[in-house]
Formats: sequence, C-alpha cells, structure tokens
Amino acid sequence: MSSPAITETKPSPPTTELMKVKVDGKEIAVPKTTPDPITGKPVATTMIQACALAKVDVPHYCYHPKLPVAGNCRMCLVEFGTPALGPDRKPVTNPDGTVKISKSPRPAIACATPISPGMEIYTNTPGVKQMREGVLEFLLINHPLDCPICDQAGECKLQEYSVDYGQATSRFVEPKVHKPKHVDLGPRIVLDDERCILCTRCIRFTRDIAGDDALGIVNRGSYNTLSAYPGKAFDNNYTLNTVDICPVGALTSKDFRFKMRVWFLKETKSVCTSCATGCNIVIGSREEKVYRYEPRENDAVNACWMCDYGRLNYKWIGSENRLTEVRIGKSTSTWTAALKEISEKLGKAAPGSVAIVASARQTNEELFLLSKLAQKFNALTDSVPRMKEGDKLLLSADRNPNSNGAKLTGISPAQMGANLPKIADRIRSGSIKTLIVFGEDVTKHGIGTDLLGKLETLIVSDILPNPTTELAHYLLPGCAHAEKRGSFTNGKGRVQRFMKAVEPKGEARPEWEFLHELVYQVTGQNGFASIEGLFNQMAREVPAFNGLTWAGLGDTGASVPI
Amino acid sequence: MIVKRDKLTFWERLYLPAIIGGFKVTLRHFFNKKVTMQYPEEKWVVPPGYRGAPYLVKDQADRTKCVSCQLCEFVCPPKAIRITPPGPQGSPEVGNVEKAPKEFEINMLRCIFCGFCQEVCPEEAIFLMKDYSLTGTSRGEMIYNKEKLLSLGGVHQDKIQKWKHKAEEAKEQGVAP
Ligand code: SF4
Ligand code: SF4
Ligand code: SF4
Ligand code: SF4
Ligand code: FES
Repeated sequence: MSSPAITETKPSPPTTELMKVKVDGKEIAVPKTTPDPITGKPVATTMIQACALAKVDVPHYCYHPKLPVAGNCRMCLVEFGTPALGPDRKPVTNPDGTVKISKSPRPAIACATPISPGMEIYTNTPGVKQMREGVLEFLLINHPLDCPICDQAGECKLQEYSVDYGQATSRFVEPKVHKPKHVDLGPRIVLDDERCILCTRCIRFTRDIAGDDALGIVNRGSYNTLSAYPGKAFDNNYTLNTVDICPVGALTSKDFRFKMRVWFLKETKSVCTSCATGCNIVIGSREEKVYRYEPRENDAVNACWMCDYGRLNYKWIGSENRLTEVRIGKSTSTWTAALKEISEKLGKAAPGSVAIVASARQTNEELFLLSKLAQKFNALTDSVPRMKEGDKLLLSADRNPNSNGAKLTGISPAQMGANLPKIADRIRSGSIKTLIVFGEDVTKHGIGTDLLGKLETLIVSDILPNPTTELAHYLLPGCAHAEKRGSFTNGKGRVQRFMKAVEPKGEARPEWEFLHELVYQVTGQNGFASIEGLFNQMAREVPAFNGLTWAGLGDTGASVPI
Repeated sequence: MIVKRDKLTFWERLYLPAIIGGFKVTLRHFFNKKVTMQYPEEKWVVPPGYRGAPYLVKDQADRTKCVSCQLCEFVCPPKAIRITPPGPQGSPEVGNVEKAPKEFEINMLRCIFCGFCQEVCPEEAIFLMKDYSLTGTSRGEMIYNKEKLLSLGGVHQDKIQKWKHKAEEAKEQGVAP
C-alpha cells in the first residue's frame, strides 16, 4: 500500500483553531479561518463553508469555492442565531442550563457571512423556504425558459433549484424583458443574455483566475446585460471554463453547442494529454463518440479548470484517418501473425542492433514494457521532446503528457531527444538494423525516410498515419488514451490514472496489451495481463514508482519525487 | 383427486335438444347486424384518443415543431427514436427557435405505441395518430425518417405559438431576435 504522504491530494491545511457551530441542530467543529481562494491568506470561514462541512446543501448561484465571494444572487439566504449576551457581556443560559440563542431577526447570505463561536445556522425553516421561493421567482421573471433548446438543460442549476425549492407556477403576466440572444463573445463562446442570471461568476473567473479582465455587466436593473469589453474579444486560453461555471445556459461552447444533450453523455474520468500539466478531466461520450472534455477537480493539479487548447484537442480520436488495421508491409494481416513474425525477428536480433523511439505520449505502463524490450537488446532509446510556449496558469511548455514517465522508466535520457542523433548515426553506419517506433513520426525528428529505408526491420505503432507509418514493415494500430486505461506522470511528478471511455477503432488494440505479449515472446518474462497488475509490477520494479498501487492512485493520483 | 362424473339423464343423452339450442343461437346471429369487419378491405375507424403510430407535426407557419430537445429519445422505453441534433451551426431556417432536428428517425418495429414521446414533448411536436397497421417489405423501410414522419403527421394548429410570440415581444422591445 502507498503511504498516506504520497496519496495526499491537498497541501495539509495550516493548523487553525476550531470553532463549534450548529447547522440545523447538528453540532460540528469548523476551522476559524479558511484560505482565500485567490490569495491563499486565511480569511474567516463563512456559513456556507460550515454547512458544506456539515454536509448540508445550501443552494447557491454566485458562490463558487474557487472564486472570490460576490454575494449577489441571494439564493443562499439562511437564518441564524448567536448566543445571547447579558448586560455583563456573558452568555445568558436558559433555565435548563443550555446557552440561550438569540435568533437574528434578519436572514443572512451564507456565502459571505463569517461564522462566530456558538452560532446556530438554520437552513430548513419555513422562512428560508419562502426566501428561496422568492429568490427563484425573481430570477425567473425575465428568464426565457428556453430549456428545450438550451444546452444547459439537464445540468442547469436554475432547473434543479426550481424543482427542489421553487414554486410550481408563475404569477408573472407582464411581458418579459428581452435581451440579445446570440452574442458572439469570442472565438469559442456564444452568449445568450436572456438566460444570464447575473451571478458574475464568469466575470470573477476571467478577472481573478485567468487574469484577463474581459467581461462586465452593463446597463441597469432589469436591463443588466453581460458583455465583453467593447472591441475586445473574449479569447484567452481559459474562456471555456466560464461555460462550466455558468450555472445556467447563458455561456455556451461553440464547439459543443447543439451537438448532444448532456444526459446522454457517459462520463469517464480521464486526464488531458495535451501538455505535461495533466489536468484531470471527464470525457463525455455517447455511442463510442467523444463529445466533450470537462475539467475534473483536483487541487494538486488543476483545481477546477483546464485550458481551451487541451479541452478542444479531442477530435483526432474520432478521425476518419485512424489506423485500424494490422499491416505486414503493405498487406493487411492479423495480430497473431504480426506479433509472431515480430517476435521471431526480434528473437534473432543481436544486442545493440535495436533502437526504440517511444513517444512521451505513451503511458507509464507501455513505456515500462518497452524498457524491458530495450534491456533485452541493450537498445538505444529515446522520446521526442515537444517544447512550446507555456502560460502562467496551467498550460505547460512541455506538450508531452508523460515526459517524466519516459524519463523514470528509462526510455528517455535526462535530456530528452539527446539520443535521437545517435540513433540516426548508427542507422546510417548500419549498426542499428531494427527500429521500434511508438507514437512518433521520426522522419520529422532527424531520422529521415532515407535512413528508415536502410533498416532491416521497422516496427511502428501509431494512431494516425504519417510518413513513418507509411514505411513500416510492421504496423500495429494503437489506441488513444480515451480508448484504454493507463497512467501518466505529469510535469510535477504526479502519477495519474485514466479510464477507458470508448472502444478502440477497428483492429486497434491498447499498446500495453500487445506489448505485454511481445515482451513475453521475446524475453520470456511473463508479466500481468491486466492494467492493475501491470501497474503494480511496474511500481515494484521502477524505483521512482515504489510504493504506488493502481488502486492507491485513486481519482486524483499520487506524487512521486522527480 | 377423483372427480365424480354425474350420469347423464335420459333427456341429455338424446343430444338433439342441445343441438337445436345451438342452431337457435346461430340463426339468431344470422339475422342480426353483422359485426365482422372485412379487414383489410374495410378498415376500423379508431375512437378518439386512440394511440397509434407517433408522427411529427408542423405548425401553421410550416415550421417543423420539433426543436431536437431529445427528451422523447430519452424517454422512449424500447429506444425506437434516434435524433441527429443540428450541431453548432443550429438551424437558421427556424429563426429564433434556433434548433430543429437534422434527422429524426422512429423505428416502427420497435415502437410500442406507448405515447411517452407525446407526453414528454415540451413543444407539442410529436403525436400518436390513428395509424395502427404499418407494413413494409424490409426492416429498413420500417424506420421512418424525418421527411416521412412529417408528411404523415401533417399540420398541428398551435394555439399558443410560443416562439412566434417571443419573437414579436422582442421585436416590440427593439431587440433583434
Ligand atoms: S438556463 Fe436553465 S432554466 Fe434557463 S432555459 Fe436553460 S436550461 Fe432552462
Ligand atoms: S453568464 Fe453565466 S456565469 Fe456569467 S453572470 Fe451570467 S449566469 Fe453568471
Ligand atoms: S410511442 Fe413510445 S415506443 Fe413509440 S416512439 Fe413514442 S415513446 Fe417510443
Ligand atoms: S420531445 Fe418533442 S421537441 Fe423534443 S425531440 Fe422529441 S419531438 Fe422534438
Ligand atoms: S451564493 Fe450567496 S449570494 Fe449568491
């Protein structure tokens, strides 16, 4: 089992004093202060946080645990009381010895009211019920009730709270205030102003988290309208997070718009593969088609966010061009035949005559199996570095999701890409006769088609066709991360697992499955035929992963020193 | 268990009285009004409220009423409905409604005429009509597409015309729909 120090997901909260409060009659101890979501400085704990700790739901729109408090929607109104103080400033006791509570005559918004010792919070009184009904009635006065054509339907807080806390009928007969319905906010966002409930979550996110103060509210009263700064496009790399946090269907993604109703989407926990940060995601798929990525909360990696670049980088999974057949030379073959021929060829290969170029986009397990092959032949191995510009928030300059995995399993040297020229030289000199390529087009990285032509055996596994796959003597169709299970080690050394969302296309098979077979045929080492077993075996054999288990990774992963 | 049989009486053993009784009944029906229907030459006219095959309807302004909300696809117990939503471009032809199905198929071999689709539809766009005997020469033929469903469904006189009303109200306020 992994030690708790490794699987811990959050930095341990600074030890703060606890304070006793009662939520709906249930006493709990809550920390006096909580870190501010933006600055991290301790600020007084609020009633809504105390209720969350007490597992009591308080409906809310504008409050978001990762954003500054705005307190404008009033949905979180609760009633509360504090210990009554006598003229001597001492708590007054009831005749039975309990502390007398003086109930506040006015309600308070739970999201912005700090707790005080002995406070009692009431969330289910008739008064609170009426207030919630009232707030919802106001929110719906000018709401278009577009649910049948609204992409948010099914995951809409206005729908949910209306069912849970609202009234069944409307008393409003006057015409509704109409607003622009199809506002092009930026390259990836469409805004429906009629649906906006003016919670300002999107404004606070883009100002305080993304650092791009692009949104604001214009006009007054019922004519309040969300708008981008005139002449400025809302186009930073984090705009689509506003679609996630918008509690209603006002902000919609141009990419996902009108594509599928959310209740059909199967949700699979996964990890984004577009950079070394490894944001945790949920893949929404239906009938073997991926429809969207959404960020999944992990405080050790991406909080609640992900970048637009990664979020929209999924269409290649369903591409028409996918490699779907096993090929020997130019003719279609079967897995059995190809693996048999490959293992026979490799069985005859002399040490030092084999090289492996494996992408840092392969999983830890796959790279581990490849490193076993490499050991057998004393092979020269490397991966391809993919450095581009990163940003301050999440996007890493390293666009490989598993550079650290490649290093820790020994596939890539400390300086990734340093072995590629050596491999090229040795192919040129004829000492390397067999090249195994996984998930890279080596012709773009110094091993040109002329060199590939000199090889006796070129074994390639990839997902999409490229010049290297064209020249392969053996072509093994591989899987996208959404089609298999496995784990990546992110830029900070967090090992995170991902699950399978859709079936592989055609004949494609997860790389670790056929690599496991190949390793057995070639080296005689029999490993595990399940991803759990394979991971645990790797954790025992690769020093950096010692102590980890597949189960122990959980949904948010575990950190290893790098 | 042994069931004791009563012996037949003499009168019963004659048989003839029973046969004559039977013929009387037959003869009476012979002169009564006929109830047998010469199906399929003659078709049964279904009573109002009958749940036959579900078809799509257009409104009086010739707009396909369905907005592709896919609730019927979700609720349909035998999964007979399959809808292709319009995608990010929406459906410009329906104006402020923004959405209409790109394709809408009902597999009539699967449909059990339960009426859930009609009940769940928030747009009054699908109705179970009077057709009860659907035939075809192949399975493919029994999957009715949007065009066929609309032509069979005809026009529904919409009393509320929610979307038209919304567009007009917005126009009065000077907001482009
Ligand atoms: S925002 Fe919610 S309540 Fe409003 S139209 Fe969309 S789904 Fe319906
Ligand atoms: S667009 Fe959405 S997130 Fe932004 S203010 Fe309106 S309701 Fe809130
Ligand atoms: S009538 Fe019932 S079975 Fe037939 S399409 Fe509608 S919901 Fe499905
Ligand atoms: S429920 Fe009605 S509006 Fe929605 S998809 Fe079905 S027919 Fe169309
Ligand atoms: S959640 Fe408290 S006022 Fe909006």
